[in-house]
Amino acid sequence: MNNKIKFVQGNEACVEGALYAGIDFFAGYPITPSTEIAELLSMELPKRAGKFIQMEDEIASMAAIIGASLTGHKVMTATSGPGFSLKQEALGYACMAEIPCVIVNVQRGGPSTGNPTHVSQGDINQAKWGTHGDHSIIALTASNHQDVFEMTVEAFNFAETYRTPVILLFDEVIGHMREKITIPEQGDLAVVQRLRTSVKKGVDYHPYLPREDGRLPMSDFGSEHRYNVTGLFHDMWGFPSNNPKVVRELLHHLVDKIDNNVDQITRHREYWLDDAEYVLVSYGSSARSAIHLAKNRRKRGNKIGVLELQTIWPFPKELVRRKCAGARAVIVVEMNMGQVLHQVKSAVDNPASVFLANRIDGKLISPTDIKTLLRVIQGKGV
Amino acid sequence: MGKLKLKEHLIGRNWCKGCGICVHFCPKSVLELDDEDKAVAVRPEDCIYCKLCELRCPDLAIEVKIQKEDENE
Amino acid sequence: MPKTKYDKEYNVKQYLRERFFPHIWCPGCGHGIVLGSLLRAVEELGLDPTEIVMTSGIGCSARISGYVNFHSLHTIHGRALAFATGVKLSTPKLNLIVPMGDGDALAIGGNHFIHAARRNIDITAIVMNNRIYGMTGGQFSPLTGYGQKATTAPYSTIDNEFDVVKLATAAGASFVARSTTFHATECIDLIKKAISHKGFSVVEIFSQCPTHYGRKNKKGDASNMMELYKKTTVPIGSKKLEQDPSLIERGIFVDNKEAPEYCDEYEKIIQTAMKGRA
Repeated sequence: MNNKIKFVQGNEACVEGALYAGIDFFAGYPITPSTEIAELLSMELPKRAGKFIQMEDEIASMAAIIGASLTGHKVMTATSGPGFSLKQEALGYACMAEIPCVIVNVQRGGPSTGNPTHVSQGDINQAKWGTHGDHSIIALTASNHQDVFEMTVEAFNFAETYRTPVILLFDEVIGHMREKITIPEQGDLAVVQRLRTSVKKGVDYHPYLPREDGRLPMSDFGSEHRYNVTGLFHDMWGFPSNNPKVVRELLHHLVDKIDNNVDQITRHREYWLDDAEYVLVSYGSSARSAIHLAKNRRKRGNKIGVLELQTIWPFPKELVRRKCAGARAVIVVEMNMGQVLHQVKSAVDNPASVFLANRIDGKLISPTDIKTLLRVIQGKGV
Repeated sequence: MGKLKLKEHLIGRNWCKGCGICVHFCPKSVLELDDEDKAVAVRPEDCIYCKLCELRCPDLAIEVKIQKEDENE
Repeated sequence: MPKTKYDKEYNVKQYLRERFFPHIWCPGCGHGIVLGSLLRAVEELGLDPTEIVMTSGIGCSARISGYVNFHSLHTIHGRALAFATGVKLSTPKLNLIVPMGDGDALAIGGNHFIHAARRNIDITAIVMNNRIYGMTGGQFSPLTGYGQKATTAPYSTIDNEFDVVKLATAAGASFVARSTTFHATECIDLIKKAISHKGFSVVEIFSQCPTHYGRKNKKGDASNMMELYKKTTVPIGSKKLEQDPSLIERGIFVDNKEAPEYCDEYEKIIQTAMKGRA
């Protein structure tokens, strides 16, 4: 075994995943609790002839990675709550212009400056709807550092495959906690490379005409094909258009390319679901407490299982419906006021059986917090 | 090198928006706006091909074509 | 015959996406003159169109990027220089030209403007100063200045204006110049020098907006506004300044060839990092 074992923070696991996926451009602005990602990449990228730049603000960081992606680079930025808010306009631009990029949001308490050094999972809906206008988005998360590594690689892969920004929704506990990871050999995990056009010089290239499989081959800025990139609705050459047909078809394309591939994009883990009477649906650091509780209750004969979501957006409705179908009750475990709860309720056959176990005070939700609610649901009292 | 002489004023009527900048600044009053507010060279023989109309045309609608005197045509 | 170096013929159409012409700018708008000057500069320099990335924000000025047959990146309001920074640092061989309006450069985008200058990254910013927000219909801008009329200043402005040249100079731009649309040949020359300059270069060009600024402030038509540029500006250091200090200087204010350029400096970081030294 040549695999490398490391003991790292979640933020470092994310950096290792990004390097494995081939990141060669990062732009960022310091913000707790994501700053370690920028610090580590400022050290690692130039060793590989990659570029790191600390921009003047979060907006500029988002803009810079989009620019660098257009020249054919694999790009990422990292931030937290307020910074994620600032990036929203440019994030929408990347959706509209279909530019592959990865945005890490190590979630902290909000709104506003909120609770910078404490955990929260309050940006779930913002990841989907933070930028204006109809669109779809991919957002991934993870509950342990091996998965942080793998989801980061997946984020780069999805960004290239679907020509879209991909958001990594980690949280403060994941970002700062330390645990072991094993870095796989190159080749052990799939790494998707940029799909470039095979259209030759002098032949009309359509940067925004999807192939039959829905993918859009790109052409790097600086190579033969000179085309237009804009945040306006645009035709297949990238030129602005307000033709109703062009507008409608582009919007459908932007949403369908992601929502129609929900099965390909969905990543999850499950624990003891086969005979589960109570299903805990969770993600990120909350899922650690959910898994811990379920494991302990199983020892006492309680039929509890956990569905851990790694893909948050597009929301895997069908998966959630299926996995919760036989449950007496479903408990969504998260650190916000019910953002994934709402999605789960709309997914399952019996929304009245879905409950929320949450914590919103900056402290990691504990197995006891979940157990208390479980006992109430079971009619056992606190 | 032969002496230069004017060949023609190429004025794109579709591009010209009739702002009159070329007319106003022409040192020899070569240009005028016609009934449709499009620039036309009414006195091309007076042109000294300074090209300021071309360089200042905001519509990129004017090209002053010149040629050497000993060239045919 | 007047002495002119412009006896050569230009072919600016080779760089245009002609199907989008006539352009959207109003009759007499100075922005078209800036576009013409820019393309003549590119032609004189003999630049390879596949190595030019025109990056723009939002507004009348930003429409330039769609009209030129280079790589064109039409972005969001104010952030063009940040996008351009990403393009340039990732691929330093590319020539980055960023046409900017008042708002893009100095209001919503003011922070990116001073920081791009501070880094001295090799990008050419062309600030098309028309003292107004044209596309939204004539609101005052950070370049309008005190005592002017605009749709959002019906009683006249109480905001002072930025001096683009001083701001760019103070922020660290290593090439800073100013001209006007009246001085079209000077514009070509300054843009050529700005593009050739290695480092962050700023060319401010006074560009008339007869539709909004001119009309609101009774400056006459486009030709009259250009006459004003002729009357109110002088070459740097002109003797006329002694009699009339209110005259505005044109020319090259900063041309610092020694200042380290950002991408070059980053290349040195890569060399150091690859040797394993932190």
